Amino acid sequence: MSLATTQSIPEIRARNKELIEEVLKVYPEKTAKRRAKHLNVHETGKSDCGVKSNLKSIPGVMTIRGCAYAGSKGVVWGPIKDMVHISHGPVGCGQYSWGSRRNYYVGTTGIDTFVTLQFTSDFQEKDIVFGGDKKLNKLIDEVQELFPLNNGITIQSECPIGLIGDDIEAVSRAKSKEYDGKTIVPVRCEGFRGVSQSLGHHIANDAVRDWIFDKNGPDSKPKFEPTAYDVAIIGDYNIGGDAWSSRILLEEMGLRVIAQWSGDGSLAELEATPKAKLNILHCYRSMNYISRHMEEKFGIPWCEYNFFGPSKIEESLRKIASYFDDRIREGAERVIEKYQPLVNAVIAKYQPRLQGKTVMLFVGGLRPRHVIGAYEDLGMEVIGTGYEFGHNDDYQRTAQHYVKDSTLIYDDVNGYEFERFVEKLKPDLVGSGIKEKYVFQKMGVPFRQMHSWDYSGPYHGYDGFAVFARDMDMAVNSPIWRKLKAPWKDVSKPRLLAAE
Amino acid sequence: MAQSAEHVLDHLELFRGPEYQQMLANKKAFENCRDSAEVERVREWTKTPEYREKNFSREALTINPAKACQPLGAVFASVGFERTLPFVHGSQGCVAYYRSHLSRHFKEPSSCVSSSMTEDAAVFGGLNNMIDGLANSYNMYKPGMIAVSTTCMAEVIGDDLNAFIKTSKEKGSVPADFDVPFAHTPAFVGSHITGYDNALKGILEHFWDGKAGTVPKLERKPNDKINFIGGFDGYTVGNLREIKRIFELMGIEYTVLADNSEVFDTPTDGEFRMYDGGTTLEDAANAVHAKATISMQQWCTEKTLPFIAEHGHEVVAFNHPVGVSATDDFLVALSRISGKDIPEELARERGRLVDAMADSSAHIHGKKFAIYGDPDLCYGLAAFLLELGAEPTHVLSTNGNKAWEKKTKALLAGSTFGQNCHVYPGRDLWHMRSLLFTEPVDFLIGNTYGKYLERDTGTPLIRIGFPVFDRHHHHRSPVWGYQGAMNVLVKILDKIFDELDKKASLVGRTDYSFDIIR
Repeated sequence: MSLATTQSIPEIRARNKELIEEVLKVYPEKTAKRRAKHLNVHETGKSDCGVKSNLKSIPGVMTIRGCAYAGSKGVVWGPIKDMVHISHGPVGCGQYSWGSRRNYYVGTTGIDTFVTLQFTSDFQEKDIVFGGDKKLNKLIDEVQELFPLNNGITIQSECPIGLIGDDIEAVSRAKSKEYDGKTIVPVRCEGFRGVSQSLGHHIANDAVRDWIFDKNGPDSKPKFEPTAYDVAIIGDYNIGGDAWSSRILLEEMGLRVIAQWSGDGSLAELEATPKAKLNILHCYRSMNYISRHMEEKFGIPWCEYNFFGPSKIEESLRKIASYFDDRIREGAERVIEKYQPLVNAVIAKYQPRLQGKTVMLFVGGLRPRHVIGAYEDLGMEVIGTGYEFGHNDDYQRTAQHYVKDSTLIYDDVNGYEFERFVEKLKPDLVGSGIKEKYVFQKMGVPFRQMHSWDYSGPYHGYDGFAVFARDMDMAVNSPIWRKLKAPWKDVSKPRLLAAE
Repeated sequence: MAQSAEHVLDHLELFRGPEYQQMLANKKAFENCRDSAEVERVREWTKTPEYREKNFSREALTINPAKACQPLGAVFASVGFERTLPFVHGSQGCVAYYRSHLSRHFKEPSSCVSSSMTEDAAVFGGLNNMIDGLANSYNMYKPGMIAVSTTCMAEVIGDDLNAFIKTSKEKGSVPADFDVPFAHTPAFVGSHITGYDNALKGILEHFWDGKAGTVPKLERKPNDKINFIGGFDGYTVGNLREIKRIFELMGIEYTVLADNSEVFDTPTDGEFRMYDGGTTLEDAANAVHAKATISMQQWCTEKTLPFIAEHGHEVVAFNHPVGVSATDDFLVALSRISGKDIPEELARERGRLVDAMADSSAHIHGKKFAIYGDPDLCYGLAAFLLELGAEPTHVLSTNGNKAWEKKTKALLAGSTFGQNCHVYPGRDLWHMRSLLFTEPVDFLIGNTYGKYLERDTGTPLIRIGFPVFDRHHHHRSPVWGYQGAMNVLVKILDKIFDELDKKASLVGRTDYSFDIIR
């Protein structure tokens, strides 16, 4: 039996509050005051989770957050497959983000597709002293010569670029002109900007607006015959093929997906998006900006959806269909019905193994809320959650649609706090990232990486739900967790001495 | 629908089904794809000498470099000291990257904090971040030492670590006598091996030269101990343990400087050990009295060794010694310096390695190899291949310098088997791709990223280096010493035999060579 089911809501609330107080004791006074704003216990009926968010991380703590470069190159731009993304600055940023996000794609890598290559200007001291614009000019020529089938280039600024005042916009304009209007996009995503990767998402969205949409103009002709059922998937990075297991459902219900952002995406798809009839938005955090822009500028409505777990998938399919005619609404019902046997079989198999198990989450983007439904579909309960780089509107969505009363909420949780929380609440499963994985496994807590799906996936859609269920089962019920204590050290199992 | 609860298909198989294949084919209509014949034409062109020439003439663009940046090396060295928390002064995203990178390789937690500098720090400097940051990490993580290094951001704006740490101590962030060694580790100079060197030197300097002017410098009182430095090494867990075993067999008193072999290999038993093992701070200080210091990697300790030499004891550098002669040289040096005999047990290990090489050399003799990685590792592996009668053909090190090139060329020139080998300092894995197409070899040795080269060029990859993300637990087995060389030998042979089997596995066509006994 989980802790949550053995206690009443007021008891859990009191325990969680006490836990927060306890954790704050370790800090110097000033820091405790700042961190206190980010930790809370959710109360039903409140408009958000009662935590401050999107504020600077505290120096000297082990924050799990990344930077603007990670948000732009690592998340938004990197997966656009037919463009060359230059990590402009020193070698490290590109190296550490090389191939680490599993944005699956189809294409001939190194020839017409470039996602899993690391292009960098590899800044040296002289580039810092004299500036890197000249090098960037030459570098673009070299990209053109060696990779003639690239459809565009982006320049992802690392920290030094902004500090030394390089004019990457001027370089982009001049080079674009030189190469017959080729799309060359400068992105000011220096790592010191903002408080996390979140600003990098925003900056990347703005770069799409300014350097792709504006370049083509609102009246540009689509390269295909439009239909009334054209939609674009926004904010799916195709981790382990997520966007594919989502797209197939949309197509099965009768919609036509004209663009996928940005997992397995291409420049042509970015350009086509303003012709969509509806933008459907999965990762709200990373791409609400461009969706709002398209709504204002091109009049394209957008709707959020959640393709984790059958309950939310069903809800989302109906919601998406509501923007269209009966044909699509019937299509949605047909899809729901088609997959019901799979859903039933997955739940019949895995729910008995997972019923009542508790989960604590800490992830980025949409996952701290979106996956809760999928856990609940399997009979599991999320007792704590928080965002690496969420904003207040993320916590509003979480409070209003996802979490239960008394759930522990921790914004920008650091290593110290997270460890104490897990130690105390003893969840059956923690879902977070690579930096947290081994910490909790050492503690004997089953763990799944919920950024990369622990190299599994997809987790989106009905096909993905089966993988999700299997993976959670394998984590929680792995026989290894019964081997933590050496038998001679396990005091819970007294052994008879020979003399007795 | 291919998916089922009874046989769950993940990404590996799911998308091969007809419905997904159809979907992906439909998607192409929106992708502005290139004509497949054109893609094929360009692909063939990239294999040509003409493309290689263009590729090698690039000056500004780096593609798939085999190096990381300085701060990673600083973090790697810092955690080798007892209860030491690495503190990286700069923007926080970098630290997330170092921690992820180390965790992905070692499958272990990696603890490190950042001073989380943002725009305001870029304008006003990061002093306040340092003051608050040191106070917070000192209180939260109860370290025994905080080792500070920098990112490129802090270096570009010119933050002065020495002054900042002094001020932080004055403000009470940490006690005045708390150890906070530091090193400037700009990411736009050198690579992770430079960062290792700088951080290690910074820590020794702190203890030996008066803790940033707060106490008198240590006066050297020579003793019989030998210091040992591993360098930045993806096999640090296995290698350091092997070296300690050798020291103990020889009865030598030693100090491993930056011993991170425990912290990257803690047990799973219900407890998270944020700090584990490591060189004690006392030993780090007392290391100044040692008789000699041995570095296993010359180019990882370019500044540290001269610094140590200035303090009056002998320093000796090796180049990631792998193989019989390299281990011989290491042991002979150990014996000479310590005055201790090399025990029979090690002689027997040597004999077993020679035995194994004799048993298997027929399968390796004359095979061509390409190697890439850190300069010392490349040198060490090349030397071992020469011993095996293999022919190193391309040796490439993105962070190798002119001195490395010269020394490696001399090594190759000294062997019949090295005559047709070229050495490539400062080149990257896209250069290597051209080399593998235009001057093919039988096997490639390098880190995980070589799998793209293996796929593109068909050259089988033997994974030795850092990082190895896509295979598990290699770091636990040593590559140094006679036993380490045995591990490397087996790894190479396994790949050779796997390839033999693969080529001989077509039923009824090539399977006459599908041998049981080799």
